[in-house]
Amino acid sequence: MLAPSGPRRSSSRRATSLRVVLYAMALTVACSATSDAQERGGFEAKVEYCKTCHGLSAQGYRGWFPMPRLAGQQPQYLENQLRAFIERRRTNPVMANVAHVLSPAMVASLATHMKNLDPKPIGGAPKGSIGLGKRIYEEGLPESNVPACAACHGSDGKGQNEIPRLAGQLYEYTVGQLTGWAKVRGQGSAVDTSAIMAPTAHNLTRSQVEAVAAYVSYLQ
Amino acid sequence: MKRIGLKTALLAMLACIGPAMAWDGASVRNCTWCHGTSAQGYTVAPRLAGQRPAYLESQMRSFRDHTRDNPFSKQYMWGAVAALDPRAARDLAAYFAAIPPKPANDGDANLMAKGKAIYMDGIPEANIASCYACHGPNAEGVGEIPRVGGLAYFYVKARLEQWGQGYHSGIGTPMPIVARSLGPNEIEALASYLSFVR
Ligand code: HEC
Ligand code: HEC
Ligand code: HEC
Ligand code: HEC
Repeated sequence: MLAPSGPRRSSSRRATSLRVVLYAMALTVACSATSDAQERGGFEAKVEYCKTCHGLSAQGYRGWFPMPRLAGQQPQYLENQLRAFIERRRTNPVMANVAHVLSPAMVASLATHMKNLDPKPIGGAPKGSIGLGKRIYEEGLPESNVPACAACHGSDGKGQNEIPRLAGQLYEYTVGQLTGWAKVRGQGSAVDTSAIMAPTAHNLTRSQVEAVAAYVSYLQ
Repeated sequence: MKRIGLKTALLAMLACIGPAMAWDGASVRNCTWCHGTSAQGYTVAPRLAGQRPAYLESQMRSFRDHTRDNPFSKQYMWGAVAALDPRAARDLAAYFAAIPPKPANDGDANLMAKGKAIYMDGIPEANIASCYACHGPNAEGVGEIPRVGGLAYFYVKARLEQWGQGYHSGIGTPMPIVARSLGPNEIEALASYLSFVR
């Protein structure tokens, strides 16, 4: 830029200081670039880590434990559950460790990312009692004090705010949650959102749970 | 009375000859020739005894399709399964799965505690997943997820390194991501711990 034909002597100090400024600018740009890249790299590595277990497109995965679908999940519900794992209100040997190292900003980014994923349901549920499942989901079982699930989880099963999406959820996972609700969720003395589901889970028989879990697992 | 006695004796004899006769002995020897006489593993050929049958089948498929592509796979296994049809692969898988496995016990015993801690809890700060979540509390595996408890130290170490180096074993499996996050120290500790798990 500085043409050699210019008044070199008189400008040499100015040139030096300009160079310093340019270096400094270049450095700032470089620094902000690396910290951006680090943050993005940190986020991408974390998302990939979640998907190791939750399925490569977050559609759920059958490991030793059934690992739930996170794709399309309500961000507020997802954040609530991560907090519940950390505070041991929801007991799980794997997720407590996973959750306690996440910063609030990371949790918010992960929740937004998962919300925007839309892979096909993983499938694999028995199809024999889907008709019964649909009826329970849409109408409930008034004779056993089971409300219609659709009233809260939505007729499409997509949930809302702190009410989770059930559509496309792994069958084994849903069965496990509904049959083990009182032992896993709402632990300790603090009352949390898990209390809303407790009576419903309690009033469903095993075969009703299986029917409704199979039905929602196929909802897209 | 006499006839029943004879029948019992025959059954007992058959039971003694055992699983080797349940499957065409010659074919089994094509495998145990490398994998060890009771399929407990021998040098670079891993133990097949007690492995999950669905996993064994999936790997025979991967060798046949050349999806499992590390140098040992190419050198030894691509040829060994080339002529196996799916039926024979299923029968062989069931045969080897039924043999009780013995642990290799050949890792560094000083690294057991460290290896076990990583196996159970992972290292969430470093995005290392808990192996327990998929392979189970005793590393016994389930379905197409293999039993990894008791496999030889060098075999497990090589496998975990190979995923990091870009080799494959199947399509769409989580192991390449799992392995990418592991450093040499973690691999050594995990392979050591697993070699002692019975
Ligand atoms: C080592 C395996 C593993 C990893 C890695 C993992 N999870 Fe999980 N996650 C699980 C298991 C197992 C459950 C089921 C817990 C249960 O049964 O209560 C679960 C459950 C959850 C739930 C509850 C879902 C629901 O529908 O209630 C959320 C939310 C969750 N995980 C988020 C994450 C996020 C975010 C990450 C990445 C930072 C992550 N998980 C990484 C294994 C894992
Ligand atoms: C009054 C509202 C309401 C009704 C009715 C309701 N739920 Fe829920 N459900 C919730 C809320 C809120 C949660 C989140 C609980 C928490 O935060 O732990 C939930 C959670 C769940 C979960 C756990 C999801 C997961 O990812 O772990 C399942 C499964 C479930 N509900 C199934 C059902 C079924 C099946 C029915 C009908 C038989 C039903 N719910 C009816 C409000 C409701
Ligand atoms: C020439 C030696 C040799 C023969 C013969 C052989 N194998 Fe192998 N096999 C190996 C080696 C070496 C490996 C390890 C490959 C690797 O590291 O990827 C292996 C790996 C395997 C694996 C993967 C195990 C795991 O835990 O992932 C299976 C399954 C297997 N062999 C089955 C068989 C069967 C069945 C036969 C007989 C039809 C057979 N092998 C014959 C040498 C052999
Ligand atoms: C999300 C589930 C999942 C997690 C978590 C996981 N694995 Fe795996 N692992 C698998 C599956 C599926 C296979 C078989 C497919 C393949 O070989 O890619 C496998 C295969 C393996 C094998 C090959 C065994 C053989 O006989 O060749 C080893 C070794 C292994 N895993 C070790 C580990 C270790 C160590 C960890 C923890 C750091 C771990 N795995 C975590 C699912 C998992």
